[in-house]
Amino acid sequence: MWSLIQVELYKIFRRPRTYIAFGAIAALIVVIQLGLKIDGDTYAAFLMKDINDTLTVDGKVLNGYLICYILLQLLLVHVPLLVALIAADMISGEANLGTLRLLFSTPFSRTQWVLAKFIAASVYTILLLIWLAFLALFVSMWVFGTDDLFLMKSNYVVLIEQNDVLWRYVGAFVFASFSLLTVTSLGFLMSSMANNSIGPIVGTMSAIVFFTILSTLNIPLFTAIKPYLFTTHMNNWKEFFDIQVNANNEAIHGSILNLPKIKNSLIVLSLHIILFVSASIIIIKKKDILS
Amino acid sequence: MSVIKVKHISKHFGSLKAVDDLSFEVQAGQVFGFLGQNGSGKSTTIRMLLSLIHPSSGNIEIFGQSIEKNRAAILEQVGAIIERPDLYPYLSAKEHLQLFAKVRKRQITATAIDETLAKVGLANRSKDKVQTFSLGMKQRLGIAIALVHNPSLIILDEPTNGLDPQGIADVRELIKKLAIEEGKTVFVSSHLLTEIEQIANQILIIHHGKKMVEGVTKELLDPQKRIVQIKTLNDAGTLQVIVAGSFSNYLLPRKEGIFLKIPTYEIPLLNESLIKAGVSLLGIETKNSLEDYFLQITSNA
Amino acid sequence: MKKSTTILFACSLFLLCLFVTANVLAQTDPLIEKVAQKLALVNDYVAEGVMKTDVSFIKASLGKVKVYFKKPNLLKVKKEGGISLLPRGGVSLTINTLLNTKQYTTLPVGTQILNGKNVTVIKLIPTDDNLDWVISTLWIDPVEALVYKTATTTKENGSYEINMQYGEYAKQGLASKIIFSFNTKDYKLPNGITLEFGDEDPSAKQKALKNKKGTIEITYSKYTINQGIPNNIF
Repeated sequence: MWSLIQVELYKIFRRPRTYIAFGAIAALIVVIQLGLKIDGDTYAAFLMKDINDTLTVDGKVLNGYLICYILLQLLLVHVPLLVALIAADMISGEANLGTLRLLFSTPFSRTQWVLAKFIAASVYTILLLIWLAFLALFVSMWVFGTDDLFLMKSNYVVLIEQNDVLWRYVGAFVFASFSLLTVTSLGFLMSSMANNSIGPIVGTMSAIVFFTILSTLNIPLFTAIKPYLFTTHMNNWKEFFDIQVNANNEAIHGSILNLPKIKNSLIVLSLHIILFVSASIIIIKKKDILS
Repeated sequence: MSVIKVKHISKHFGSLKAVDDLSFEVQAGQVFGFLGQNGSGKSTTIRMLLSLIHPSSGNIEIFGQSIEKNRAAILEQVGAIIERPDLYPYLSAKEHLQLFAKVRKRQITATAIDETLAKVGLANRSKDKVQTFSLGMKQRLGIAIALVHNPSLIILDEPTNGLDPQGIADVRELIKKLAIEEGKTVFVSSHLLTEIEQIANQILIIHHGKKMVEGVTKELLDPQKRIVQIKTLNDAGTLQVIVAGSFSNYLLPRKEGIFLKIPTYEIPLLNESLIKAGVSLLGIETKNSLEDYFLQITSNA
Repeated sequence: MKKSTTILFACSLFLLCLFVTANVLAQTDPLIEKVAQKLALVNDYVAEGVMKTDVSFIKASLGKVKVYFKKPNLLKVKKEGGISLLPRGGVSLTINTLLNTKQYTTLPVGTQILNGKNVTVIKLIPTDDNLDWVISTLWIDPVEALVYKTATTTKENGSYEINMQYGEYAKQGLASKIIFSFNTKDYKLPNGITLEFGDEDPSAKQKALKNKKGTIEITYSKYTINQGIPNNIF
């Protein structure tokens, strides 16, 4: 099994297409960082318009931690599309190429191949996330410095002390890996049903876009189905950045406002991953390899 | 000892019967020629042998074991190329062999990889990416992949597709060598009789998914008789000469022209008679395609 | 003629009243003097304390702060390694900065009981138009000459209330705890900017609307007085 994973990883990282996503993420992050470095104060002043009416904010608001949060907000919506580019191609791409029959006529079962391919796609996904974390968090920390995280949400502001921030990012990235692995497994499922690359890639991207729209629309008709959509849960990494307050309205250091919400989302996402991968295995096992 | 034993396998794709109640056996050390026109069900059968397609009915035993139940153990000893030589364009020939060597349960040395590449004549192109390869070179690499783990059964589906005449001759030699010198069983499919008749001990012809004929090559292909087509400007006059010269027994009922199944030694006599009678002869062509063979065996029936 | 004499008389009377009133106002209340004298002992200080921000739409934890003061009215609150939130313009209006300007007149209002303590209530009205504040009311303990509460209306930054508690440094008129109370405005950022689509928490919204008053509380642990502070700190 290990050798199959090695083979699959070898193939992924020998393909030029693999690096498109890494390049795209780097380009997006650098452009946003550059923009904020040059004109970030105007952006911060715009965000803090309401606050500045009442309060004076003293300190480095636009620091690496806030930049990372802004980047994650923007990018974690789009990274799934980049993940789909590889994940949705894992099986169907080889079917299209004609190499799937070579793999499936080796002495390893189709289940082993599907799992090896899923694990390899997951490794790719997680490496992409690590790359994102490196650029969005560590490069931002280096370029913009660090300070408390002054987070302006829609209805309130959360001020998290800087020594209470880094672990939250670790949590958020671990959570994001579950979100992206759900996309990987969805891409995988689509991939197992087709014999060409474009269909599953477009299918996965469309599913993500479609469900994301349903998740974000506050229309009562959709509200009922929202808890069952994986896209609703994918965004809950933000919960790591909301903090509990005590009776005196003092923020509690090291606390998370809604831990059960995070746990619930992780369970829902994990169930999706298991469901999608199991369905892929069943489909592939039953499939006649005609390509 | 039977290496492959196929019992009454059928495969339906919806209403289409791709393979219909096919049974055959391949003995150890044989070169088994599996013949059929394009779309006759050859590749579907080969895919069933490799468990890529699940048969609708019937069962397949390889090395005495059911392919459904002992797939891994069987495939460990099988090397195959299936239809087109589809490979990873971004990998080199050597990387392909390294990759496929890795997905075998036995250890395959670097020397074995180099030797396999040399065997198919790709030693000097081993580091080049497959995207720069011609179809013939890809076919050779496909064969190398099938051989790299030193299997005892080799299944080759149309192995000479895309090869130039020298390449075809090389593959033929390689198959002979594998069977005679290395004692391997080779199951080779083709739509060209000429390719198979020189190397196969046993032949099976499949048509519309059904077995048409199976037997020892020498017995099936009668070298004493040839099918010839007479091309003239005057078919009616030609037929008169054939009847007058008592060649009429050899006539084959075909609409496309005048065909005869005639002993080889009588072809010069026929030629002489036609010229003497002043028939405007364009040529006497020997036919040896699979289609003609079908004609031959149906005419025998 | 008679009519013009009446007008002249009325005008004179008005001017007289104005003069008398102005004279009364110009007098500085002795209690304020007493307080000011006490505060005058402090030329500068650095105070260490803990700051608590209690604004309905802000979730912040307690933070260590250093407060720097230098006569006559330089004041700076610095949070140790972090972002601090302070009432806009209000922090500079502590009792030291109010009284040290000396540009005000006093108007005694009477006595009241504040937290079980008898206090004298005096209003300060600035005499310098350039000062940011319009009026300030002081609740002063006449015995200790300590200001326990101020309510100040500013020109640009609304009204502030400052409550003070005293301890170790009461002799110098320095509080051990200061609570700034101020009115907050609405806080709302569009979802399109925060990218918080679909996860609207109605309870958070209600909570945000419930309390429109904010407080910032600084509890001082230590004052370092009259050791000199460079101006670049402010």
